Amino acid sequence: MSVLIFIDHIDGHIKKASLEAASYGAKIAEQTGDIAEALILGNINAELTTLGRHGVKKVHQVQNDNLTQIDAQVYAKVIEQVTQQTEAKIIVFSNNSTGKAIAPRLAVRLKAGLVAGAVALPDTTNGFVVRKNVFSGKGFANMTISSDIKIISLNPNAFSIVEKEGVAEVVQFNATVEAPKTKVTGSTKTSGKVALTEADVVVSAGRGLKGPENWKMVEELADILGAALACSRPVADAHWRPHNEHVGQTGIAIAPNLYIAIGISGAIQHLAGVNRSKVIVVVNKDAEAPFFKAADYGIVGDAFEVVPKMIEAVKKIKGIS
Amino acid sequence: MKILVCISKTPDTTAKIAFTDNNTKFAEAGVQWIINPYDEWYALIRAIELKEADPSTIIHLINVGGTDGEPIIRKALALGGDEAIRINIVPDDPYTVATQIAEVVRQAADSYDIIFTGKETIDFNNGSLGGMLAEMLDRPYIALATNFQIVGNTATVKREIEGGEETVEVPLPLVVSCQKGMAEARIPNMRGIMAARTKPLKVMEPVAVKTLTKVVEFGLPPAKAGVKLVTPDNVDELIRLLHDEARVI
Repeated sequence: MSVLIFIDHIDGHIKKASLEAASYGAKIAEQTGDIAEALILGNINAELTTLGRHGVKKVHQVQNDNLTQIDAQVYAKVIEQVTQQTEAKIIVFSNNSTGKAIAPRLAVRLKAGLVAGAVALPDTTNGFVVRKNVFSGKGFANMTISSDIKIISLNPNAFSIVEKEGVAEVVQFNATVEAPKTKVTGSTKTSGKVALTEADVVVSAGRGLKGPENWKMVEELADILGAALACSRPVADAHWRPHNEHVGQTGIAIAPNLYIAIGISGAIQHLAGVNRSKVIVVVNKDAEAPFFKAADYGIVGDAFEVVPKMIEAVKKIKGIS
Repeated sequence: MKILVCISKTPDTTAKIAFTDNNTKFAEAGVQWIINPYDEWYALIRAIELKEADPSTIIHLINVGGTDGEPIIRKALALGGDEAIRINIVPDDPYTVATQIAEVVRQAADSYDIIFTGKETIDFNNGSLGGMLAEMLDRPYIALATNFQIVGNTATVKREIEGGEETVEVPLPLVVSCQKGMAEARIPNMRGIMAARTKPLKVMEPVAVKTLTKVVEFGLPPAKAGVKLVTPDNVDELIRLLHDEARVI
């Protein structure tokens, strides 16, 4: 039997979240004595044998013109065929935009229980129990899956990528692929250089910055840290920044290694979107700002004074002049 | 055009998260309940905007849950919508919810052209309902929509992808999960609140369904150790700590 891992790709490279999913799925396979197999749909120029470095033994690739765009309806039917042929009992997705569209459809097709938003390896000692995030990171739930086939969508940044020796075997899979009903007519990239949900470091700012014209220093700090940009809800609502940068309960939920919050008070709704960050740094001139209670490091000070100093200090430590 | 909006009841965004009964149940004492924000602010309001643009549009709301969900349904009707349906079962998982709603859609005299859900509920954060529903009904599904326009029988939807947005053309009927960007927030007015009292709220009995997932135990994340403060004239020290101690830069 196998653990089947769905690999998501964009612009010719495998998404980081899918490398996490591959590492996670391979670890489950080790635990259950199964084989880790990956599945990739569409044409991609990247070297797929390298998935072996994350523990994948075999990669099934389905190439078909109908798979050029991600249509969840079409994709789910293809994944179903691969599941049947590989006799996979556990299927792993990343809980990213693609996984969120496809995994629920596949769950219905296979009558498989789905745990979306897993944050840890399943406990297989007694049944099958997966820990997932609930209440927007303010709690977790251990879920049992009772169906024969089980689907897990792993939250991005919840499991570290495993790197070791290994070469995966790549085979072409011949599937029946129907034409999609949907048509992608365009795409736009967000303002930042790094995708928010995939970023290791996120620099975020709030109303404390007083106006959109003051974002230059935030952008510069993000730039030298290789970080994605984010903002609080009032900032997005006032159209100082695009809504796709809004993190929080009603915006995007993120879990980077480092979250730097500048001039954000830390309302409970904001914390709900960022509380899974591994390290939180807060810069706020109000020592009573609730965000300090959720922070690992903090500076009580004026953003306009502190941020330029941060830029200089980061440049120094990174050896950038 | 007929739109179905799926409405969920969730604890208020500021509710204290705690558990009872050996950590198997959410502690409901003292909790304020609200319409799941994604369902309200984005799914329902966008449906109302579409009805304002085309008054012949019919909006039905649907909730899968117990009697205690009715105040939330009335609150949603105060914002807009012509009538509501409550399916009388407290669901264990999204599969149960989707099964119930799919059945209503199949039984409807003239079917729903558009089904809107929120992108996820703020309690279970699953985001699975829309996709499951779409598969059960064999319809296209656009997840995480930030913009929705309709001309004739084709919807043009913007959806979030990693690091950007994608524009997709989709034929009706379809299912869409909604998030920020879809609509401008609004609050109910007195006329709406009065009107909501007399709008039909139909209660239907559930169909049988086998639960596929279940919560065994809830828990709280480990508490933070406490913040380490650095003075504003010592920013170098903060960056050094992030580099040497936390090892995140």
